[in-house]
Amino acid sequence: MRSYLPAYELKTAATLDQALDLLAQEPGTWRPFAGGTDLMVLLEAGKLSHKNYCNIWNLKELRGIEVSATHVTMGALTTYTDVQANSVLQEEFPMLCQAARETGGLAIQNRGTLGGNIANASPAADSPPALLAYDAELELTSVKGSRWIAYQGFHTGYKSMVLKPEELLTRIRLPRRSGLHHYYRKVGTRKAQAISKICFAGTAQLNGDEIVDLRVAFGSVAPIPIRCVSTENVLRNQRLARATIDRGRAELAKEIVPIDDIRSTRDYRLQVSLNLLEDFLRRLSSSSV
Amino acid sequence: MERLLDVLREQLRLTGTKEGCGEGECGACTVVINGEIVNSCLVPVAQVEGAEIKTIEGVASGDQLHAVQQAFIEYGGAQCGICTPGMVIAAVDLLERNPHPNEAEIRNGLAGNLCRCTGYMKIFESVVRACQQECQEMLDISDK
Repeated sequence: MRSYLPAYELKTAATLDQALDLLAQEPGTWRPFAGGTDLMVLLEAGKLSHKNYCNIWNLKELRGIEVSATHVTMGALTTYTDVQANSVLQEEFPMLCQAARETGGLAIQNRGTLGGNIANASPAADSPPALLAYDAELELTSVKGSRWIAYQGFHTGYKSMVLKPEELLTRIRLPRRSGLHHYYRKVGTRKAQAISKICFAGTAQLNGDEIVDLRVAFGSVAPIPIRCVSTENVLRNQRLARATIDRGRAELAKEIVPIDDIRSTRDYRLQVSLNLLEDFLRRLSSSSV
Repeated sequence: MERLLDVLREQLRLTGTKEGCGEGECGACTVVINGEIVNSCLVPVAQVEGAEIKTIEGVASGDQLHAVQQAFIEYGGAQCGICTPGMVIAAVDLLERNPHPNEAEIRNGLAGNLCRCTGYMKIFESVVRACQQECQEMLDISDK
């Protein structure tokens, strides 16, 4: 059943300051509205309970990708198309480009934004596992100023996050690193336009066949996009060997909490998640030789 | 709040743009905003103030059909027709960005457009024919 559209208000902010002012008025009344690829779906389905939105789509302050010696910093309105077109992201953050390429189709990629993907807080979103594996940081801005926080820890529960009602997610920053191995895999029903059954992103630094450091992150296996720190701890400083893989699988099975839902089952998700971790580690093994 | 799709169809009477799923899955409502294809069912009209929008009505030049439209007619790219405007817009967008797409690029370019008659091969062939000269070699491969 469609929503009654006149009940919804979308107020356009001409500048970032205007948007922040609006969010600061009666905090919680106005919520940001970017590319609309999630919110409009809920609206059409009659499931969008909040009514007042601040249109931030046209804010130039929230666009653009800047590259410094140490970081790549993306405006929150960076679209999936923007991500795929950036040569530094292609070279150094290929999992983010792959996530962008495998989200929706081109029309969605032209409108969907990284900031929206994060703040919409779907556990099945495709870019968060890559962002977690790359140690992303988020800039949250309000009329009182800005703060940078680690993306890990941003999601505190299903659709809950460390974002105050008066704050806007304005930028996403990735530290540049060399010598990383990357492994990203989205498992969905079809190649395009599918929502993930499971989404996995892993990075690792090796010294010979020893895992010096690594990141393991998943989508669709917990109420939030999850970085599996216990699994990482079990694997860090270990040699790539069968016993290590088995210990990693055992720890991961304890760390994720997949569920049955319309897209998949708990059992399938658990099995495939363990297999993906193993495939990641096996590929590291073959690249270390 | 109003959807761009509704303003196009109901107020401007540009009914070439179709509504399929209404949730960004099917691509029937595809239009071009400032040179990029979008699903007009997901775009609030307030976000397109001052933007240049091209719908299926703007693809032909007067009586001269676009090569993609001509190819859809000649090679059976349309069945029931509901997905056709979106398919044509997506194909035109693809050829403008990439005049000589390979098979994977055509599939990627049309991946967001669903055809419930499932006439994908004819649609695919129509896009290939639209860039026929350049794509002759690819056609030879796909005919096998």
